[in-house]
Amino acid sequence: MVRKGSASTWVAGVGFVALTALSAGILMQVHGSGPRAQETPALWLALAAWAALAVLALNRLALLQQPKPLRLLAPALLGAALLFVWEVGVVGWNVPRVLLPAPHAVAQALSTRWEVLWPDFLQTAIAVLAGFALGSGSGLAAALLCDRVDFLKRGLLPLAGLAGAVPIVGIAPIMVMWFGFDWHSKAAVAAVVTFFPMLVNTLAGLAASDTMHRDLMRTYAASHGVTLAKLRLPGALPFIFNALKINSTLALISAIVAEFFGSPIYGLGFRISAEVARMNVDVVWAAIALAALAGSLFYGLIALMERGLTFWHPSYRQ
Amino acid sequence: MTDATLPLPATRVAPAAPSRWAPMAVVVGCILLLWYVGAVALNAPQVTERLNNLGQPWDWSDLVNAAWAMERPVLPAPHQVALDFTRSVFDHAIDSPRNLLFHAGVTLSATLLGFMLGLLLGVLLAVGVVHSRVLDRGLLPWIIASQTIPILAIAPMAVVVLGSLGYPPLVSKAVISMYLCFFPVAIGMVKGLRSPEVLQMDLMRTYSASRPQLLWLLRLPAALPFLFASAKVAIATSLVGAIVGELPTGAQAGLGARLLQGSYFGQTVQIWSALVMASLLGVALVGLVGLAERATARLMGTRA
Amino acid sequence: MSSSPAVVAKDLSLVFQTADSPVIALSEVNLSIERGEFVSFIGPSGCGKTTLLRVIADLERATSGSISVNGMSPEAARLQRAYGYVFQAAALYPWRNVLKNVMLPLEIMGLPAAERESRAREQLERVGLSGFEGKYPWQLSGGMQQRVSIARALSLQPQMLLMDEPFGALDEITRDHLNEQLLRLWEATGKTVIFVTHSISEAVFLSQRIVVMSPRPGRILEVISNPLPAGRMLDIRDSVGFAEVAHRVRQALRAGHSYD
Repeated sequence: MVRKGSASTWVAGVGFVALTALSAGILMQVHGSGPRAQETPALWLALAAWAALAVLALNRLALLQQPKPLRLLAPALLGAALLFVWEVGVVGWNVPRVLLPAPHAVAQALSTRWEVLWPDFLQTAIAVLAGFALGSGSGLAAALLCDRVDFLKRGLLPLAGLAGAVPIVGIAPIMVMWFGFDWHSKAAVAAVVTFFPMLVNTLAGLAASDTMHRDLMRTYAASHGVTLAKLRLPGALPFIFNALKINSTLALISAIVAEFFGSPIYGLGFRISAEVARMNVDVVWAAIALAALAGSLFYGLIALMERGLTFWHPSYRQ
Repeated sequence: MTDATLPLPATRVAPAAPSRWAPMAVVVGCILLLWYVGAVALNAPQVTERLNNLGQPWDWSDLVNAAWAMERPVLPAPHQVALDFTRSVFDHAIDSPRNLLFHAGVTLSATLLGFMLGLLLGVLLAVGVVHSRVLDRGLLPWIIASQTIPILAIAPMAVVVLGSLGYPPLVSKAVISMYLCFFPVAIGMVKGLRSPEVLQMDLMRTYSASRPQLLWLLRLPAALPFLFASAKVAIATSLVGAIVGELPTGAQAGLGARLLQGSYFGQTVQIWSALVMASLLGVALVGLVGLAERATARLMGTRA
Repeated sequence: MSSSPAVVAKDLSLVFQTADSPVIALSEVNLSIERGEFVSFIGPSGCGKTTLLRVIADLERATSGSISVNGMSPEAARLQRAYGYVFQAAALYPWRNVLKNVMLPLEIMGLPAAERESRAREQLERVGLSGFEGKYPWQLSGGMQQRVSIARALSLQPQMLLMDEPFGALDEITRDHLNEQLLRLWEATGKTVIFVTHSISEAVFLSQRIVVMSPRPGRILEVISNPLPAGRMLDIRDSVGFAEVAHRVRQALRAGHSYD
């Protein structure tokens, strides 16, 4: 336990300041002398000191529990450390740009090519959102239908399970053939990919309400629709959100991969394959960083909604 | 009052257990039916144009037959796909690029290599996360975040870049597959390694078990069901990774390459055959993991 | 007020056809329960006490014999919402707070919002949980959850309460407390209560008549009238009269081979 003003807090404070100063120094040195940085012994010494400080800092941060926002410090520091190592390693050791560009080069590419990358992003985003909505929506509807018609459930559920083993993105060329090069074919791929996890998870969720609850509804003389609306659907929400989170990443990946198979002259997937052919690797990384950011935001949004609607689930209590 | 003297009251018979295969067969049958109908519907425009150009009068049966026998159909009929598939598999030598099995083998090798690597990486990460506070707090959020990065999107780049550095395509595809695989394995194993009840862990503590002993004797066996569940997801994802890794720049072998070729040259039936092979491969791989799971369960004495 | 009995069962039987052999869950049950009575069903596992309760609630169908609830078939009574059912577990919805949980059956009945809320608050006060309306089920102890469950059963203002070992999962001290509360509740409302239990002292403390059942096949052994006075307090459990009634129940159970 750290008491305010005690010696260990001072040490921690000094340690963090030292770490930051050391990092800045190393960065400047590496950028200054460029590819010959690894020859200076001072750099090696500084890196060793930095590593020791970073490990100590991580160890201390990992113990923090309260207040809640402080829990983000450990992963944040680790992420920053990884970025730092990446930058220093690439610039100082002259790693070929083609293999791995430095973070600053990626950031540069992101800003200089923004007028191209933004329309690319929009093109892909429309496909992702449309496919996600269509696939998840029809998966939910199909699950409700299967719930009503048991025969359909027993026939469709095993097939839906099998579909998880099949590389569905492979239907992309067929979708391009049917729906053309524009975003519609990509949305179609995303829709098919997101349909099955939604179907399987929703059915699992609908089955989750136990016999006692259903008997209770029977004693209230509640109809099937009322039982569905008041008991089984709210109980299925955790499962539905599980599928929505999975689907958010799946839709993004499917849309981008589908663009590898044919696209008009914009779209993140198109941009990636085109710039790879030209070996402009930093633009490729910039496009991926953009997609990753968007994907994380999408996922985070769904996670927030999940927290709001399924606050009652035991997984939110320790 | 004994039971023998009482006449048996009217009994309620339990309903017969529903058949397992009938619904699936019916659904598959319906899908095939819709497929045939869809083939006619989607191919109709081209077929009608061709029949009109022939100049002779034609009727419905001509339309249907022609729709199911086109060379470059919009939607090939199921029997067309089946025919092309069997011809490709049985009519050519197994190492000929015209044989789908050859391409399946290429993709399979990358899939399996990536799967093994991803499994290893995932298990190691999970063990690390469970035993180190730093890794648990610092690394686990990044592992979870890593899946929002569409790594599949850099598949082309990874293959091209590693290829230009002299690594064979097998390695680059395996690297992509490994990246895709390790996540479900890592997350599943973390859950599994943490699954033993507090009671069981306390018991081990009363035996003064060391951490490696705790891992080997309690955590790992408890984590096996989670491992197999995530291995099924991982191997399917690894297959997708291998296929997508074959997409860029002139890959000649592999199911992904077949898909791309078919798409460039408008060979619809070839695309569908490759898809069928890929699906069979996926189902077979997941089935293999399931078999391994059951064999392990029997070895360990637990019921599957 | 009509004086027809609340429940009349004549030669009621229920036989399950299982894979190996028929299971006689209930065999020729004859029972009549008057309105406003407090009756307990007691017996070991498999004696059919829960099954009988479920037949009354139309959660199971008998295979032969007849049964009438409030003068009509169990299904008709259920559709009229003539009873409130309390299970062994509270079965509350974790996504609803206490007040909304108690209002659930009223929503299904279609009552207007204001009346739903006033009725719910009234029942919560009756079980002693005023002030907990905004809490969620996981924030309450097991005993409190079960009290919410009872309030929910009462909110429909049914004529009957069917309770299936409602306090079985609770510790003895909480159970005693809830037993006393239930008895006061019954005295205040005058409802018919059918209470399934396997605790002899609970049955003797609460009920006016004790129906002793035994398994294989499930049947009624004896119906014991409880001579203890009305308005009982917990202390009566230490009295000689109480021990005598409990002894009679135990003897009946032993006669039915319940202890074999």
